[in-house]
Amino acid sequence: MKYIREFRDGGLARKLAAAISREADPDRHYNLMEFCGGHTHAIFRYGVQDLVPANVEYVHGPGCPVCVLPVRRLDDAVELALKEGVILTTYGDMMRVPGTKQKSLIRARAEGADIRMVYSTQDALNVARDNPDRQVVFFAIGFETTTPPTAVAILQAQAEGLTNFTVFCNHVLTPPAIAHIVNAPFEPGEKPVRIDGFLGPSHVSSVIGWAPYEPAAREFKKPVVIAGFEPLDVMQSTLMLIRQINKGRHVVENQYTRVVTREGNRKAQSLVAQVLELRRTFEWRGLGYVPDSALRIRDTYAAFDAEKRFTVSPKDSREVKSCECPAILRGVKKPTECKLFGTVCTPDNPMGACMVSSEGACAAYWTYGRKRGAAIPAKGAAA
Amino acid sequence: MNSVNAPPKYRTGAVDMTHGGGGRATAELIEDLFHRHLKNPILDQRHDAAVFDVPPGRLVMSTDAHVISPLFFPGGDIGSLSVHGTLNDIAMAGARPLSLTASFILEEGFPLADLERIVMSMARAAQEAGVPVVSGDTKVVEKGKGDGVFITTAGVGVLPDGVSISPSAARPGQVVLLSGSIGDHGVAILSKRENLEFETEILSDSAALHSLVADMIAAVPGIAVLRDPTRGGLATALNEIAHASGVGVTLEEDAIPVGPDVEGACELLGLDPLYVANEGKLICICAAADADLLLEIMRAHPLGRLSAKVGKIVEDADRMVVMQTGFGGSRVVDWLSGEQLPRIC
Repeated sequence: MKYIREFRDGGLARKLAAAISREADPDRHYNLMEFCGGHTHAIFRYGVQDLVPANVEYVHGPGCPVCVLPVRRLDDAVELALKEGVILTTYGDMMRVPGTKQKSLIRARAEGADIRMVYSTQDALNVARDNPDRQVVFFAIGFETTTPPTAVAILQAQAEGLTNFTVFCNHVLTPPAIAHIVNAPFEPGEKPVRIDGFLGPSHVSSVIGWAPYEPAAREFKKPVVIAGFEPLDVMQSTLMLIRQINKGRHVVENQYTRVVTREGNRKAQSLVAQVLELRRTFEWRGLGYVPDSALRIRDTYAAFDAEKRFTVSPKDSREVKSCECPAILRGVKKPTECKLFGTVCTPDNPMGACMVSSEGACAAYWTYGRKRGAAIPAKGAAA
Repeated sequence: MNSVNAPPKYRTGAVDMTHGGGGRATAELIEDLFHRHLKNPILDQRHDAAVFDVPPGRLVMSTDAHVISPLFFPGGDIGSLSVHGTLNDIAMAGARPLSLTASFILEEGFPLADLERIVMSMARAAQEAGVPVVSGDTKVVEKGKGDGVFITTAGVGVLPDGVSISPSAARPGQVVLLSGSIGDHGVAILSKRENLEFETEILSDSAALHSLVADMIAAVPGIAVLRDPTRGGLATALNEIAHASGVGVTLEEDAIPVGPDVEGACELLGLDPLYVANEGKLICICAAADADLLLEIMRAHPLGRLSAKVGKIVEDADRMVVMQTGFGGSRVVDWLSGEQLPRIC
């Protein structure tokens, strides 16, 4: 496939690998956090870790939209889906994420809820157009990449006078999360992980540009390289980070120049600003409450806000005890350090969100990384 | 077979409960649609059970339920698919299929013209395969209790002496052959799904594989494993074989044929072609010494032109499928979890 194959070329990969080996200082360890699940997926799917020296280690960040959604918001979505007359439309990744007591959307559907998988907000709008006598709720999740389509859908619904379409808005923002990870206090007993640099978001940055990461890079003295999602992008960005670290530099550099500019997509930004506004605080799985880290629907568009159209009951939402998703999302633990990993928690029976999404660190470890020294008990050998 | 269409009432009418009631309407439907198109000497005996002679050898039997949505898709429909599905299950045992049966569960309100189209497609597929449909059954369920039409086919075949093909017969040192490009069926179905429609020329690869298998067995009777990678795709089929045989599989990513359209659609939709269904491909595991001859035979057959050696069987107590990526790394190719694409066959 033209314009894709070029970024997966094994010959170029070997050359980059040789350059990384040459420039990486053998006397130090490089902990590079790839923020996005898309990077995690690429690293595992193409075996990037096999190609870099052992002292260059990728630490998986929280950039998996499904993984960072707190259980309470998922439980709310399940409740919305089970309401009389409601059709809940959702991206497929959310279907199998377990909520409190392992209740997922897929289980709610088996109990009779009308839940439909969609590939875009436009599909959700079509469901609303085709079912005028039903209330169609779009379960909006994700970072800045998926936010503009949500804003556009709300504007379209308003223009068409669609009165049966609402959005359950859970959009979150990347720069506050990066600052929070570097700054966050560790839980008692947690061994802090020193992050030497960040592989910065790629598609998110196509929307917001790379300027928003500059304050964090400056303040925390951590280099950030905006990295594309193809494996050669990841390797080239790794080399760029190692060069900055070796020289003691900490600026934002852009490897993904074919897509990302400093300013980003102004049109998309203005559409988002028109429809959505900052939440003062929002809960993230793993990170807790992070100030100014999420968006909600402006009052002008309240008619399209599922949180205003419906009431959801307060609940005692809980994650599975001893699920290490929160620590894994902060980069302080590896999936293999979780007691549940590969024993009771597998992709067929996920206990936490990180095992569900293909962008989740646990699912990536399980699917692609098991032959890499991770000692996993065979199926059925679980205690 | 008779290709003359059924009487005019079948062009505009719909299935109703009387068609399944066992009375005159049922008899008419069977006569006008099923017998008319599926006509053959055994079906014409009009027994409830087909009676036929069996050549020497061991009998092979299989059954397959088909609930695909949509019913009509690029490159086929539920009628042809229900013939190919069961024929291929029989062929993967190394057997020559002899005859098929078909059971229809129809939903009240289903257009009779669509039903005729499906039956005609089934008749064409059976004729091309040279395997008659010798017995059948029809039931009707109330509107809302089905989804148009579900078809279950069963088939019997006969296994020549000296052939012993089994999913548990893979051994370290053997090689893995694949009869063509992967992912075509799943992507063709997906392109016509409600809410997902996209423009593509991709056709389902739905086809009956028994003549390809017959050529292969004639050349190399000692083939160890045959498997058609349907639901769950190549990845799932190889995991099943690895598990059943207690071995590992090593795949070469660059050797696995994937069409450019399928690759593009998978890239856009976030699917991995290794997990996308096929309905006209087979995996063959054989001794390394037989690989070149088999590849030659497979490539000479219209259904095997793109055949390739894609991997080998290795010793592995963990029974894993591992792929060497074109990028230079390696990854585990695990079982499919959850539903990637429901109702594809």
